[in-house]
Amino acid sequence: MDLDLEELYQTVVLDHSRKPRNFGPLADATVTVSGDNPTCGDEIALSLRLDSATDRLEAVGFTGSGCSICMASTSLMTTKIKGKTRAEATALLADFQGMITGQTPAAEAPKTLGDLRLLNGVAKFPQRIKCATLGWHALKGALAESAPVNFSLDNHDGSKS
Amino acid sequence: MHDFAKHAPAGTDWAALRRDFPILDQQVHGQPLVYLDSAASSQRPRAVIDAISHYYEHDHSNVHRGIHELSNRATTAYEAARVRTAAFLNARTPNEIVFTKGTTESINLVATSWGSQHVKAGDTILLTELEHHANIIPWQLLAARTGAKLVYIPVLGDSGVLDLSRLDELLTPAVKIFSLVHISNTMGTINPVAELCARARALGVMTLVDAAQSAGHLPLDVQSLGCDFLVFSGHKILGPTGTGVLYGREEVFATMPPYQGGGEMIVRVDWQESKFKPAPHGFEAGTPHVAGAVGLHAAMDYLDNVGRQNIFDHDRDLAAYAYTRLSELGGIRLFGPGTDRAGLVSFTMDDVHAHDIVTMADQHGVALRGGHHCNQPLHRKLGVPSSARASFYFYNTRDEVDTLIEVVEKIRAFFNR
Ligand SMILES: Cc1ncc(COP(=O)(O)O)c(C=O)c1O
Repeated sequence: MDLDLEELYQTVVLDHSRKPRNFGPLADATVTVSGDNPTCGDEIALSLRLDSATDRLEAVGFTGSGCSICMASTSLMTTKIKGKTRAEATALLADFQGMITGQTPAAEAPKTLGDLRLLNGVAKFPQRIKCATLGWHALKGALAESAPVNFSLDNHDGSKS
Repeated sequence: MHDFAKHAPAGTDWAALRRDFPILDQQVHGQPLVYLDSAASSQRPRAVIDAISHYYEHDHSNVHRGIHELSNRATTAYEAARVRTAAFLNARTPNEIVFTKGTTESINLVATSWGSQHVKAGDTILLTELEHHANIIPWQLLAARTGAKLVYIPVLGDSGVLDLSRLDELLTPAVKIFSLVHISNTMGTINPVAELCARARALGVMTLVDAAQSAGHLPLDVQSLGCDFLVFSGHKILGPTGTGVLYGREEVFATMPPYQGGGEMIVRVDWQESKFKPAPHGFEAGTPHVAGAVGLHAAMDYLDNVGRQNIFDHDRDLAAYAYTRLSELGGIRLFGPGTDRAGLVSFTMDDVHAHDIVTMADQHGVALRGGHHCNQPLHRKLGVPSSARASFYFYNTRDEVDTLIEVVEKIRAFFNR
């Protein structure tokens, strides 16, 4: 099997896509943001329970369906942000964005990303970057100070049928 | 059972035809390209590319405007393409052929121009659940402007066949226009358009046939189909992108106001109002895609040299072969009719998302389409977010179908490891 593919679909990634962690609706969520990718029909709704006293993400949950990259990326994300402060989650988001778009070379991806670094193979598949970032766009919306807005990733690939 | 043995009609050298398509002779990701996405856009033979280059190298100018030699040549070439298109569809006259930039623009032209004149609040627009977004959204916009409502003939689940037992109830004189796809780009269903148009006409209902997936794949005769409008895109029938055709009956065009205003479409312009040309020029405001029309002309010549019935038989045979092989694999859900399908096959694989299938296939050189194929509501009805699709044309081979099957098996093994 092709090396790029092996790198894209690592065992951990496939495991998270088959058995997504923190999957399911979240009771007492303080914020929920839904997003979809109109190109492929992937849909993710991310819920957070933010403790206003400590500013920490006490609990995280997501629902929806998507390709393996989308599900694994969102699942890994939830395991990483649970218990983090809003500022820490925001920093993680920036680090992930840098890695996935290829702006940060794979070798220099911050250690704090942990297993998320296994997704760095996505940078070689430009059409799949949106799959990997759908859940993260939802996180960005959920962490924002302003009222949460649901969103749709623009279809820039122009694919037609 | 399908007889795979006699797939290539005698006398056609399919391998030689394939060599007319320079783009097919390449490697992607280190593998020979297997292009199975012609339903999205076909490739172009050398003859079409040469016709366009020749036009730009020798004959280009603006049309209908100049008195000089090059303008004459450009005008002649452009109008010759119209005559050729009329013959391609067996229209009664070239005045029934309007050039547009594609299927989408053709439908928008009808929904806007014909719709504004003939559709009122409370009227019904009849569609089918098989329609491409291009044959849904222009009607939604018209309905929003006028207060008309949209009604759909349902699809019978995965079979991709329309539930025509509902026809008497749905196709009534309250329907102003019945707009339907000839060949479904997702299901491969071939709708009985001649029969449906006859039913509509008996009730005085107008018809539009979306021939985007059929025009380059089987012989079309608008007179025997009995439709009022028929639309298709050049880029799916070996022609240039940005070209399209709107066929309309002359009597119907005569009742329609202009779609866009500008140069070419006027008889006389005054400060406050103007007089317009009749069809076709009255619907072609501005400088048209002359080189596109020249390329489309060459594409139609090429297709008719091969023979559209011949092409139809070839593509159907490949699709039937692919369908059978895929159904033998297990764990594959196939969409569309098991028999009498056009040259494409859509499927999903247990636990593997269409995007993952397409990315993996691409790494093996196989170009598939994955997504909702601009049929979102249909995919929602089928309960899948997306599907993978292999679509065939006469330059594809049985070996390429075998490659597809091998790759699908590899994908399954990979995701089940
Ligand atoms: C059945 C059908 N209708 C309409 C269209 C729209 O065609 P275009 O995008 O060329 O306007 C397509 C293909 O994209 C199609 O397959």
